[in-house]
Amino acid sequence: MSTASDTHGAAAVAEHGDGHGHVHHSPHLAHHFDSPEQQFMSAKLGMWVFLGTEVLMFGGLFCAYSVYRRAHPQVFEFAAHDYLSTKLGALNTIILITSSLTMAWGVRCAQLTQLKGLKICLVLTLMGAAGFLVVKTIEYTNKWHEHVWVGPSNRYYVARPPITYASLPPRTILPDNSADANAGTADAAQIRPVASGAGGLNSNYANPPETVFKEKDLTYDQLAPADQKNVATFFSIYFLMTGLHGIHVVVGMGLITWILIRANKGEFSSEFFTPVDLVGLYWHLVDLIWIFLFPLLYLIK
Amino acid sequence: MSSTAELEHASPPAAAIYLTPPEDNYLTHDKGVMSWIFTLDHKRIGILYMGTVLSFFLVGGIFALSLRTELLWYNTPDKFHLDKELTLNLYNNMFTLHGAIMVFLFIIPAIPAIMGNLILPIMLGAKDVAFPRLNLMSLWIYWIGGTFFLYVLLGGVLHYGFAMFGHPNVNLPGGMGLDTGWTFYAPYSTTKSLAGVVPATLGAFVVGFSSILTGVNFITTLHILRPKGMTWFRMPLFLWGLYATSIIQILATPVLAITLLLVVAERTMHVGIFDPAIGGDPVLFQHFFWFYSHPAVYIMILPAMGVISELITVFSRKHIFGYNFIAFSSIAIALLGFLVWGHHMFVSGQSPMTDSIFSFITFSVAIPSAVKVFNWTATLYRGSIRFKTPMLYALGFILLFTVGGLTGLFLGALSTDVPLHDTYFVVAHFHYVMMGSMLFAFLGGMYYWFPKIFGKMYHEQTGQVAALVVFLGFNLAFFPQFIAGTQGMPRRWATYPEQYQIYHRFSTAGAYLMGLGLFIVAGNWIHALKRGNKAPPNPWGGNTLEWHCTSPPPYYNFKKTPAVDDPYALGAWEYVSEEQGWVPRHSEPPPLAPPGQNVAITH
Repeated sequence: MSTASDTHGAAAVAEHGDGHGHVHHSPHLAHHFDSPEQQFMSAKLGMWVFLGTEVLMFGGLFCAYSVYRRAHPQVFEFAAHDYLSTKLGALNTIILITSSLTMAWGVRCAQLTQLKGLKICLVLTLMGAAGFLVVKTIEYTNKWHEHVWVGPSNRYYVARPPITYASLPPRTILPDNSADANAGTADAAQIRPVASGAGGLNSNYANPPETVFKEKDLTYDQLAPADQKNVATFFSIYFLMTGLHGIHVVVGMGLITWILIRANKGEFSSEFFTPVDLVGLYWHLVDLIWIFLFPLLYLIK
Repeated sequence: MSSTAELEHASPPAAAIYLTPPEDNYLTHDKGVMSWIFTLDHKRIGILYMGTVLSFFLVGGIFALSLRTELLWYNTPDKFHLDKELTLNLYNNMFTLHGAIMVFLFIIPAIPAIMGNLILPIMLGAKDVAFPRLNLMSLWIYWIGGTFFLYVLLGGVLHYGFAMFGHPNVNLPGGMGLDTGWTFYAPYSTTKSLAGVVPATLGAFVVGFSSILTGVNFITTLHILRPKGMTWFRMPLFLWGLYATSIIQILATPVLAITLLLVVAERTMHVGIFDPAIGGDPVLFQHFFWFYSHPAVYIMILPAMGVISELITVFSRKHIFGYNFIAFSSIAIALLGFLVWGHHMFVSGQSPMTDSIFSFITFSVAIPSAVKVFNWTATLYRGSIRFKTPMLYALGFILLFTVGGLTGLFLGALSTDVPLHDTYFVVAHFHYVMMGSMLFAFLGGMYYWFPKIFGKMYHEQTGQVAALVVFLGFNLAFFPQFIAGTQGMPRRWATYPEQYQIYHRFSTAGAYLMGLGLFIVAGNWIHALKRGNKAPPNPWGGNTLEWHCTSPPPYYNFKKTPAVDDPYALGAWEYVSEEQGWVPRHSEPPPLAPPGQNVAITH
């Protein structure tokens, strides 16, 4: 992080009488740090902690993925095979890994004050990011055309019967535990018995959907009726995960552009390259998340 | 900024550092609104947080009093011939907004954002936090997130305002309020609830980032900006509390962020994550939500416990008992707190095996909290106790936290939780730990650091009276709720069977009494700001570094980093007078008690 505002500027430094005796220091040293090394260490630690938070955030989605995959494996098998292109996913993976390489190279250039190399690497990284987004757009457009978009516009989306107050059983203030409140209602047929045994999160384990396995790839008709209603969820998870990742790629492009602009102004050198380092860390995380996304969504069949 | 003294033995702080009055202090240094809004000074940021957080506390409190007023009669709509559906919907809005505003906009930010920002860098002898601009960003993000909530509030109020005056179908901004409860459970929040869910959850999402960035800032500051000689185990315990809090903030809050995004996605785009009809699972929402919200309650209490460690020590003139135990227990609470979220879900249909595991681990998380309480009482033992206002709140904390913590065990035990779930017993339990404990620690800390932050002394007797009124009001408000809960009174109900009315009446009386007490507190502070006596640098005789600078501190905190000492070596100070407060002891310090003897350091 570079200089703080002038509220604590050079005049204040002079009147501080700092213990280290000299007033002259790098313009990038913020006044509340003792030394550039301490400032750099702070920046790195702060960035790593922030990346930890990003991992936790995506972790929630990965958790949702695992829960649904475990509950509806056939759905995932069918939808991933029929609608996700392994080739495009692999292309994206290669593009992102290469952009991570150019980014790391750029950080190294900054460390060695090779400004031309830095700018070239940043531009290449940007191109990689743009390429990733292009491939993503192709994929998303395909999904749109095949009517497997997110939410109700998905061809597999099954509308839920509306719950009205009239359809609910009458409410008593003190619950009458003698009878099952749901007995005889329209919903009773849809309510599965609770799994009570070695079961697990939900009743799917007590009553797993029956799906016939075939040698060839699974088709929609081969899915159990219960599973057929769940196909739209796969696409929801797919779009949420890749969408959130895509947003992070766009943010990353913004950050890299900002660094490129500052590099053009000549701000970076072996004395000060912290922003390049930190944006590099961010970009590597974005890449890392994709490296997990790709096999989980595209490869596991 | 290198240290100026060797540290083999405690040396008294150099007089020149703090007796020299600065030309101006941080409050007067820069003038103008812009210098506040764009400040990078952690102290000013703390003050700005203080104003906003306390305003939200007032709003949340008004909702609480409205709720309690409605509950005075068991059949309020019928009794006053009000439209039943309107009244019940309004009630739902009230308790939802009360909870959401208090949790997200008051309790979670209060101590870290206010006292953490104001005091943490000074306690480290540093000039600022590690990332001052990120700190300012946290503040702005908090303001933006709070605005979303105000928008929802406005929508709810306008909607019911219009409806009550005969225009129920006016199309309004703000989504017509929020009635899901602060827990936003799916499927109600994702389908049929009022539309205020979307702006409210987005508001909570934004405020969450304020929390995360503050956590990043504090962790880095505590790792990197500790002065020479202040090892981790020479740090004041308040900072250990903030460190543990920051760890939870960075690990748990992102999970809330993604949960809220999923609620918004489900609500707007109808993705089916929580919809059972298309393969989703509403219990998954509960898992995600409580995975954050249980650690969140430790975000609320750990800074409070840190404040109490400071107060108990200084006002019993004794070294804290069991420093290492208290420090480690903060970390233990932070880590164990991530393993117990399922105890909010005992009746959600999860398997008995899962229930038992969560129940068992919940009992283990009580242990570090108890360790702290025992260490505090051991600190009090044979101390020279002075019943100043901060100490009254600290003592109240110990009592009320004990009650709250013990009743938590009833709820953590699987078999007793099942009949108590969603009753007023739960409401009473969490108010004892959130309000009785956290709020008391907050008020204690505010009174303790008030002279330092503002340079003025508050009127002590008024503070003591107000503390008593708040304590009495609080217990009157919430103790009957334990009983009502065991008798079966459900929570979040606007109308209820007549047999519970007496409990509600006591509770409402207590709520109003507590409100009165809090208004006296507010008046106490406002009067002190205008007409309080000038505060000495060290009115209480503490030895943590913030007492080594003037009251209020100069904008640069310290010309030279003060010598780092054991933060609880109180013998370095002696009392002179009310005007001068405590000054460094220039004479030979009294012989320290032999190790193992647990006695007060009297002067």
